[in-house]
Amino acid sequence: MSVIELNSLNTVPAVQLRKATAEPLWLRWLLTALALGFLTLFLLLPLVIVFGEAFAKGWGVYLAAITEPAAAHAIKLTLIAALIAVPCNVIFGLAASWAIAKFRFSGKQLLITLIDLPIAVSPVIAGLSFMLIFGARGWWGEWLNEHDLGVMFAVPGIVLVTIFITFPYVARELIPLMQEQGREQEEAALTLGASGWQTFWRVTLPSIKWALLYGIILCNARAMGEFGAVSVVSGKIREQTNTMPLHIEILYNEYQFAAAFAVSSLLALLALLTLLLKSTLEWRAAKDYAEAAKLRQVE
Amino acid sequence: MGFFSKRKKSVLPGFGLSMGFTTFYLSLIVFIPLSALLLKSFELSLADFWQVVTTERAIASYQLTFGASLVAALVNLVFGLLVAWVLVRYSFPGKKIVDALVDLPFALPTAVAGIALTALYAPNGWIGQYFHALGIKVAYSAFGVTLALIFIGLPFVVRTVQPVLEDIDKELEEAAASLGANRLQTFCRVIFPALIPSLLTGFALAFARAIGEYGSVVFISGNMPFRTEITPLLIMSRLEQYDYAGAAALGTVMLLISFLLLLLINALQHWSNQRQGGTK
Repeated sequence: MSVIELNSLNTVPAVQLRKATAEPLWLRWLLTALALGFLTLFLLLPLVIVFGEAFAKGWGVYLAAITEPAAAHAIKLTLIAALIAVPCNVIFGLAASWAIAKFRFSGKQLLITLIDLPIAVSPVIAGLSFMLIFGARGWWGEWLNEHDLGVMFAVPGIVLVTIFITFPYVARELIPLMQEQGREQEEAALTLGASGWQTFWRVTLPSIKWALLYGIILCNARAMGEFGAVSVVSGKIREQTNTMPLHIEILYNEYQFAAAFAVSSLLALLALLTLLLKSTLEWRAAKDYAEAAKLRQVE
Repeated sequence: MGFFSKRKKSVLPGFGLSMGFTTFYLSLIVFIPLSALLLKSFELSLADFWQVVTTERAIASYQLTFGASLVAALVNLVFGLLVAWVLVRYSFPGKKIVDALVDLPFALPTAVAGIALTALYAPNGWIGQYFHALGIKVAYSAFGVTLALIFIGLPFVVRTVQPVLEDIDKELEEAAASLGANRLQTFCRVIFPALIPSLLTGFALAFARAIGEYGSVVFISGNMPFRTEITPLLIMSRLEQYDYAGAAALGTVMLLISFLLLLLINALQHWSNQRQGGTK
């Protein structure tokens, strides 16, 4: 069993020798095949069927499904919700990670747990909670009604729950990175006479830019795809409070499968784009990191 | 800053501003809504609360939600370890694409995943037809719910185990091999113990995510009360009947469970980080 690989470059062994720390070839093949089979079944096939069904009735039906007024309005509303929710959560993510990573205070672990809460809370519960505040019979429902301010079953409600659901994503990307980076660089900048904001813009921000970008992309994908929470608060009024995922549900329940998958394919494209950008950003971050390490070595 | 008070003086500015904004935002977006939920459920007397959260229909929904989530998380535990192992240790063409694709369930909207899985596993679907021929119902059954939850939780175990596996010192394995251990022994006694904290973290994350899942399950489950109705869906149907207190009571139960799981996950992650730091 224990065949030790001899590092002889010139002699090609008749039987492929195996390192003691590697598995036999058949096992490697078997494990790889099992893993790829599992991923094909659970990741690739769902993706393929979305595009397959979307084009099942041809380009004409596809284009009609994504350009009809109800679909166009749903797309617009989804974009609006993401455009408001993402910047709010970016500001929050920056503030929270600055406080958590650069300072010591008691209750920090609890604060991190609380920031993670929306990831663990069921989206239905998120929607329900906002309903209990802004809904007709909620805390502020009557006051809002008197002043003719619609929050539930209107755009503000959709934006609010989207913010709730997506708010940990930027902070989660930044906190571990900034904790690892420590605060020596910022302290050096301040000692050299930079102001607080200058330090933030010129020292902190450049060193976290890739993680920040990834957080934004992930937050955006989540914001555009949120279904459970939005479906509680939206009321699903066509051309008024329907987002893309809700529009998909309506089409699907009306047995308009080709149309439902056509709108889905747009969100699937967004997901693929998100993954592509993520890989690119990780690659860029690794490159920056390697370059920085090389510079340090030269010094 | 009240509760979150700074312990040590730092030269960096902006603690008051960033901490103030963080607590303000967190209160506005998370605390106020969630406390509204808790307060609403307190409107019920304790007996009524207990009655609402222990109706036969509610119990059936807990059984499905927790049972299917547990099975899905276990499947992800096994296959997540396998996928992480293959991605870290072996090379094959297209590995980078496969690695990127693992995150798909994070990026793909749940409603899209839901209708795609339903189309695949419906009795006339690409895969469902073979099960149908065998007399097994996949979509519109607890089996289908479990499949959706496997999809949703797939990245968690892979992404928690992968970095730990990458960090394991090859020298440890070489030492084990030179001391006469075979590959299986090396895996069981050297590699696996180092992976346990990250495996548990990934498992708990996948489980927590599955419990709250709504979007993908609602399409594939068929939503039959007592049989394929998950708890979030039961909350939804309470809401549609304008039974806000009942919905809030069920929501409170789920919220407490989620919070406890989250605390457990944080403790596990802490343990995992310590273990990882310790081996270096």
